Amino acid sequence: MTAYTATVTVRLKGGVLDPEAETTQRALERLGFELEDLRSADQFELDIEADDAEAAGERAEEMTERLLANPTIHDYDVDIEQR
Amino acid sequence: MTVSVLQFGGSNCDRDTVAALDHLGVDADLVWHDDGLPAETSGVVVPGGFSYGDYLRAGAMAARSPIMADVKEAAENGTPVLGICNGAQIGCEARLTPGAFTTNESARFQCEHVHVRVENADTPFTQAYEEGEVIELPIAHGEGRFEIDDDELDRLEDDDRVLFRYCDAEGDVTEGANPNGSKHNVAGVLGEHDHVAVLMPHPERVSLPDVGITDGQGVLQAFGR
Repeated sequence: MTAYTATVTVRLKGGVLDPEAETTQRALERLGFELEDLRSADQFELDIEADDAEAAGERAEEMTERLLANPTIHDYDVDIEQR
Repeated sequence: MTVSVLQFGGSNCDRDTVAALDHLGVDADLVWHDDGLPAETSGVVVPGGFSYGDYLRAGAMAARSPIMADVKEAAENGTPVLGICNGAQIGCEARLTPGAFTTNESARFQCEHVHVRVENADTPFTQAYEEGEVIELPIAHGEGRFEIDDDELDRLEDDDRVLFRYCDAEGDVTEGANPNGSKHNVAGVLGEHDHVAVLMPHPERVSLPDVGITDGQGVLQAFGR
């Protein structure tokens, strides 16, 4: 068994309104910054023991599909790194 | 023949719902989620509140608790199931109903009375109303914006599964009457069958005569049929 960290990034699908990101962007603009767009995402770090990186990735994906992301509104990425 | 009103940690409209059902002559009991769904359950209400502190996403945790597997099974066997507010978020997260309820367009918690138009009066939850009737219900939510894939929304509308839309007092479905940015002003939808429904507004809060408005009674009367 090897120790991995799976980094799961969950973000809204393109076209889904993100009012919190819009509010954050406006706040940055009020501070005098110039920016074209701002997107927010949730990131989860999962420490996993697995036989190999593929097995760790599969488990992280299953956890994401079951709970961390809502497929109706979210896309997600999983990155696996050995700890 | 008792309606089960589910309680999760953070539910807070559970007792209001029981009081409203009692007033309508419907037997209802509170059921703590960890105790499982009683075998004699004749209907299920997943009430409003902030289950699990809205951690992760509103309704995400409660939707995956074991009692929701019991609720799905009951729904498949024909038991009426209604999700109100946080219960609506839980219902969508549990895939009992399509779409998702997410952050209001205003990015704020909103607590106000709204008007909704009855879109389909041929369901247990709307049978007491006429199609096109305008009723007044309160909302109290931060994550009530109905979001769904455009194709799925088309199918939902084609199948007449939109139960209520936000509208003005005259019944016109306008952008100005949409409190939270919901797609096509959707306030409530049906699952695959018409005995499973969710809505963001609170019918139980306008069901007791003491409150002055009793427009919500018709929704809860589904459980007395």
